[in-house]
Amino acid sequence: MSVDIAVIDYGMGNLRSVSKAIEHVAPSASVVVTSDPAVIAAAGRVVFPGQGAAPDCMREIDARGLRQAIVDAARSKPFLGICMGMQVLFEHSEEGDTACLGILPGTVQRFPHEAMHDDAGNKLKVPHMGWNNVHQAMPHPLWVGIEEGARFYFVHSYFVQPTAPDVIAGFSHYPFPFTCAVATANIFAVQFHPEKSQNDGLTLLGNFVTWNPGERDTACDMSGAACA
Amino acid sequence: MLAKRIIPCLDVTNGRVVKGVNFVELKDAGDPVEIARRYNEAGADELTFLDITASSDNRDLILHIIEAVASEVFIPLTVGGGVRVVGDVQRLLNAGADKVSINTSAVTNPQLVKDAADRYGSQCIVVAIDAKRAGDHWEVFTHGGRTATGLDAVEWAKKMENLGAGELLLTSMDRDGTKSGFDLELTRAISDAVDIPIIASGGVGTLQHLVDGVKEGRADAVLAASIFHFGEYGVDEAKRYMKQHGIEVRL
Repeated sequence: MSVDIAVIDYGMGNLRSVSKAIEHVAPSASVVVTSDPAVIAAAGRVVFPGQGAAPDCMREIDARGLRQAIVDAARSKPFLGICMGMQVLFEHSEEGDTACLGILPGTVQRFPHEAMHDDAGNKLKVPHMGWNNVHQAMPHPLWVGIEEGARFYFVHSYFVQPTAPDVIAGFSHYPFPFTCAVATANIFAVQFHPEKSQNDGLTLLGNFVTWNPGERDTACDMSGAACA
Repeated sequence: MLAKRIIPCLDVTNGRVVKGVNFVELKDAGDPVEIARRYNEAGADELTFLDITASSDNRDLILHIIEAVASEVFIPLTVGGGVRVVGDVQRLLNAGADKVSINTSAVTNPQLVKDAADRYGSQCIVVAIDAKRAGDHWEVFTHGGRTATGLDAVEWAKKMENLGAGELLLTSMDRDGTKSGFDLELTRAISDAVDIPIIASGGVGTLQHLVDGVKEGRADAVLAASIFHFGEYGVDEAKRYMKQHGIEVRL
């Protein structure tokens, strides 16, 4: 059986939501939740979700022998990182002082306690949990059909800080601006949960399952936005 | 800006929603999937299912419900009721729950909260606290409010945060079912004592109560059952009201 979309399972939490949402937007695609490097290598596109803590994620990735398969997929085919699956693409996480996959330059940091209050002085809770506005920092095929500032569902205590600002595809505020989406050639990764973000989340996933990274200029034209 | 959340709560027993959900033209008033779909369309930010099934024989029915709802409704789903061991958490997450709420077992076995948070992450562990005023403080109750624990609710909330709870669902047993509004002092005391989000519950009778829960009680989310179930107010109506009163909501 050829696999259209592989959802990488490394034992970190609930993957059913992700696979169900993808099946919903791509009913004719074969979607497989897998921890088999060969299946990941053969899949047409790859979704890399994840919940929990960074040290556990990295340990489980290595315990299952998945590191190389993830790195290879992130370099070669449409690749969607979600939540922890976005964070561990970077070099290092402050959470448990953890060395991550290093596919993207940058680090992962905790929302700093001293900054967590709004303009009126009210305490802001961590984890950052709930629906927040996502601002699109670049036109991208995965944003097509999604309004600037649309709300997505977040739940996280750490956020990514890319070294190269040109990979920033989206940002949100809590209370300061933080990166919540990054994009490179064939990678798109988000801090929020598209699989839990109702219609806009499904739109993003639907865009991913039809995304052909080589045709980015065409997609930019379709979105009506100017390509930088 | 982060929106305050509105969370309808559905009581489920033996695979059916009870408390008569009063949507117009609902074909089957007890069908959890149809009810979840309607709440989703109305703009609910999350859904909470409380399994009140008495017989352990029928406990697995909630898993089928969650599986069915999670296949169609793509917003966060929390499930509580009868969670006793880490295996219960795992089964609910595997069925499609995004968060699992632990109540009585958090008191009888606090290690469960830590073990579950360590294993699955704090983001999916909600601790439900049922509290009742006792003089100048609030006491934690279990078993649906029947059993006093002697625990101070504010201290208990801090302990649960330290053990790894990602969120607290706080119910005032004094107000539950009274429609007289949240216990705002209780809500504020606990919200100020911890850094994790608080869901206020118990006592909502009007839309102003929801506003008060956020503004006065400093709740991050508000949970309500009867005002939505019996069709007195819609979730969308509640959100518009909150927005008119200066609260950030997802519309």
